[in-house]
Amino acid sequence: MSLNLSHYFKSFTFWELLKGMRLTGRYLFARKITVQYPEERAPMSPRFRGLHAQRRYANGEERCIGCKLCEAVCPALAITIETHEREDGTRRTTRYDIDLFKCIYCGFCEEACPVDAIVETRVYEYHFENRADSIMTKERLLEVGDKYEAQIAADRAADARYR
Amino acid sequence: MDGFVSLWNMLPEGLQTLIWILVKIVVIVLPLILAVAYLTYAERKIIGYMQIRIGPNRVGPRGWLQPIADTVKAMFKEVVVPTHANRYLFLTAPLLAFAPALAAWAVVPFDEGLVLADINAGLLYILAMTSLGVYGVLIAGWASNSKYALLGSMRVAAQIVAYEIAMGFALVGVLMAAGSLNLSEIVHAQSGGPGQWFAWPLIGLFAVYFISGVAETNRAPFDVAEGESEIVAGFHVEYSGMAFAIFFLAEYANMILISVLTSIMFLGGWLSPFEGTLLESWFAWVPGIVWLGLKTAFFLLLYLWFRATFPRYRYDQIMRLGWKVLIPVTIVWIFGEGIAIALGWQPWLSGGA
Repeated sequence: MSLNLSHYFKSFTFWELLKGMRLTGRYLFARKITVQYPEERAPMSPRFRGLHAQRRYANGEERCIGCKLCEAVCPALAITIETHEREDGTRRTTRYDIDLFKCIYCGFCEEACPVDAIVETRVYEYHFENRADSIMTKERLLEVGDKYEAQIAADRAADARYR
Repeated sequence: MDGFVSLWNMLPEGLQTLIWILVKIVVIVLPLILAVAYLTYAERKIIGYMQIRIGPNRVGPRGWLQPIADTVKAMFKEVVVPTHANRYLFLTAPLLAFAPALAAWAVVPFDEGLVLADINAGLLYILAMTSLGVYGVLIAGWASNSKYALLGSMRVAAQIVAYEIAMGFALVGVLMAAGSLNLSEIVHAQSGGPGQWFAWPLIGLFAVYFISGVAETNRAPFDVAEGESEIVAGFHVEYSGMAFAIFFLAEYANMILISVLTSIMFLGGWLSPFEGTLLESWFAWVPGIVWLGLKTAFFLLLYLWFRATFPRYRYDQIMRLGWKVLIPVTIVWIFGEGIAIALGWQPWLSGGA
């Protein structure tokens, strides 16, 4: 059994402990990287997948044609759609619900949509006050879409090259 | 004012002494509790800075009112007593942890003659009081009737017993060097400049004392009692509201106590660090309590620094360090010191005898 002298020297002079403390001591004076949330915000990608919205065309006509591709692709089965034929012969949805408790924000609905009707916006600060509010109905989706249309259109344009 | 003085003189002498002592206690305890409150703030700030965060900064300017907000929150929270807990012991335990942490302050000399009880067995009293704190923890763990709390308190008990011995031995070294158990006498024995502080001849005991002090107060890296990954929060899992806050208060009061004692016993307490140098007269106006405060603040910073740096020891490593490293080191050191004293070779007393 040999005595490891350098090991003893290191443990009794707290060599490695002091090295560790030097590191944390340096960080004490380092520049702080905290982002002070409500006042400051971290940068965000135009591809951010937040709250859902339904868009309209410029003439006010809703984009969704009730093809149910999003309902089919949704891995969480969060989307429920019912359709009917309008007087002008086109197919439209009578019901378009997204259950935000089920939704996993994967963005497949957005990718599946042939007319860019259902999109995920940058909005991530929302809450519900009742359990039932987690179901985003067609009216509420359109409302979100109307409110953030400028932002949504700009984000789609910024990302168009890569689609 | 005259009415007040005559009223005071009318009181029987015993009552006068009692009131006077009570006033002194309040004068010690109130700043202590304030210091504890702002130590928690300093801890969150400093550890935050070491993690490149900025720590609490919302309540009041730069977060100065955070401890007040925390206290108010803790006071309004419900104290939940678990169904099958021993109600009486459950509520007594925080007080049992807290009372010794405060009582130990009675013999701490803050400045020349500025001490509540200048007793000759001060060092023994301190050892007794710091050991008593473990009963609060043990009883809390038992009375909670929770396996995590019980495991946590068993760990604390074993750990404190192990480190109490090393701590006691380290203090025996101080006792031998100073030739007195009285804390004021110990400080006097170190007068004559920083070269006379016991930290130099007793540097090994100094390190052992502070390390066991950290272990005694269950602070990182010796906080297996909390071990959030395996036993949730240890002995205080079941506590909430003020009952929890009192444990917290006791822990931080103990931290401050250990820091003050380390300053008193190894760094010359209230003595100026410029004693015996040219700067002595320049700093003569600084009251001793300020020097003591600065030395204490240094050790408190070390506490926080340790917590920000070191990962938690494993339980068997703690036991190994306590029994197989610290205790032998203290024994060897005391032996060497004993020989030095027997041969009349006392470098630390060159100023006095």
